Amino acid sequence: MIQVRELTKLYGKKQVVENVSVDIQRGQITSFIGPNGAGKSTLLSMVSRLLDADTGEVLIDSTNTKKLKSNDFSKRVSILKQSNYMNVRLTIRELVSFGRFPYSKGRLNDEDEKMVDQSIDYMDLKEMENSYLDELSGGQRQRAFIAMVIAQDTDYILLDEPLNNLDMKHSVQIMKILRRLVDELGKTVVIVLHDINFASVYSDRIVALKNGRVVKDGTTEEIIQSAALKEIYDMDIPIQQMDNCRICVYFNS
Amino acid sequence: MRDLHKMLILVGLALAACGVYLFQDLNGSFDYALPRRGVKVFAMVLTGVAIAYATVVFQTISHNRILTPSIMGLDSLYMMLQTLLIFFLGSDHITIVNKQVNFLLSIAVMVVFALLFYQLLFKKNERPIYFLLLVGIICGTFFGSISTFLQVLIDPNEFSIIQDRMFASFNNVNEDLVWTSLVFITLLIAFAWKQNSSLDVLTLGRDTAINLGVNYDALVKQMLVLSAVLIAIATALVGPITFFGLIVANLSYQFFTSYKHSVLLTGSIVISVVALVGGQWVVERIFTFNTTLSVIINFIGGVYFIYLLLKESRSK
Repeated sequence: MIQVRELTKLYGKKQVVENVSVDIQRGQITSFIGPNGAGKSTLLSMVSRLLDADTGEVLIDSTNTKKLKSNDFSKRVSILKQSNYMNVRLTIRELVSFGRFPYSKGRLNDEDEKMVDQSIDYMDLKEMENSYLDELSGGQRQRAFIAMVIAQDTDYILLDEPLNNLDMKHSVQIMKILRRLVDELGKTVVIVLHDINFASVYSDRIVALKNGRVVKDGTTEEIIQSAALKEIYDMDIPIQQMDNCRICVYFNS
Repeated sequence: MRDLHKMLILVGLALAACGVYLFQDLNGSFDYALPRRGVKVFAMVLTGVAIAYATVVFQTISHNRILTPSIMGLDSLYMMLQTLLIFFLGSDHITIVNKQVNFLLSIAVMVVFALLFYQLLFKKNERPIYFLLLVGIICGTFFGSISTFLQVLIDPNEFSIIQDRMFASFNNVNEDLVWTSLVFITLLIAFAWKQNSSLDVLTLGRDTAINLGVNYDALVKQMLVLSAVLIAIATALVGPITFFGLIVANLSYQFFTSYKHSVLLTGSIVISVVALVGGQWVVERIFTFNTTLSVIINFIGGVYFIYLLLKESRSK
């Protein structure tokens, strides 16, 4: 379990994240939703130590993350940010091999190679494993980065808006893969999402943030309710039930 | 062609350049000419190693392939130090006449400056590396202006001695200094070579590097200081020549398909040996000392730099 305890982040005098406490359960998909500037990405960055919190602490399975060495941390929690710019040409396989860095420090043994193969297969990238990343479409690139995170083999996988710039088909593909990671491999996924319908259909729990504070925290059924959404987004959003999916019809509200 | 083959060809070229430089028209002068040429070649190899290593590492940590470590202002600091010494103590003072003293003093000043600089800035945490570089540019300009100001006031005879130091030259390298540099550079690189795989991860960007367990801030700081010290040694040994690193580092990126620092660093080192020894041969045999190596390097480097800028802007 990841326990977030009273995290606060200030940019200048503005509190971007204010006294946030959240528990993230193992073996589930937890989505962070909320309007722009709610502090979702900042919160995720602090949990994954890309950003230092001003106050508060994060516990991973009851260990304070500050007490973990960076290398040990990277064997337990992985993070994938939305922009992955780099100034080097890599093939998919080379990128995925980097996922083994916390274990092998760049010298891959047989076990590492096996893990890399499995991850590539899992993301269905086998045929193009020797293609360069800059020759790929957005969806393929995103899958390559997720394959790297799978190769990293952490219990917790954090993703910051992984559906950004992806079309519907690829978005659904990525969400299904994340669902499989949880259901088949027992991973814990935390994801920042913009589209509440993806959050509604694929997540087990939803944490809603607004102005740097947690406004709602509960199971998907509890959050995807017109009253709760009104509080989060200040919009009247009717909800339609279709084949076990609860769809928020926000387009004309 | 595989990277290994390319590397072997380059090593062959480097050895050939050294061989030709050492033995052409030697006429059996093994006692006089050979040791003198040997010291020069040795100095060129050391300078090449230091500059190439410092530049590649610096470009990796700054995520930028058209920067050189000279942006930290060390070259200007070196020039200011030489100008100050000659201005206030005179060109016959021990700190100028005795090359060993001058060498150690220059290194000490540059290293202390680099350490102080980063200590002060890193204490305040969360400064992006570009902030450091901007401060470096400002310091560099400041040192440069002081040097120019003093050079205008100085006695013309003294100025000619300063002018001598403004351009890198391998023509009067002191043998003792070469040995001292060898020890320093070997120690530094032996220590830094272990970080190569972490540097590979660093090319994926800060967030990914941290995700993969690299202690980002510590590594960047370590590598900044390392490249500053290497630059300080090379500059104190032969004079300001940092621009050279830009050429060899980028040639190495273009030439090798690998992203691995062990390959890129070795490659840029070998390329720089070819360029320096070959370039010095051209200066001596073709231009018969009518020009200096740093003039040629700055000319070719400048043209190449413009090419890189054009290429970068087209790829966007």
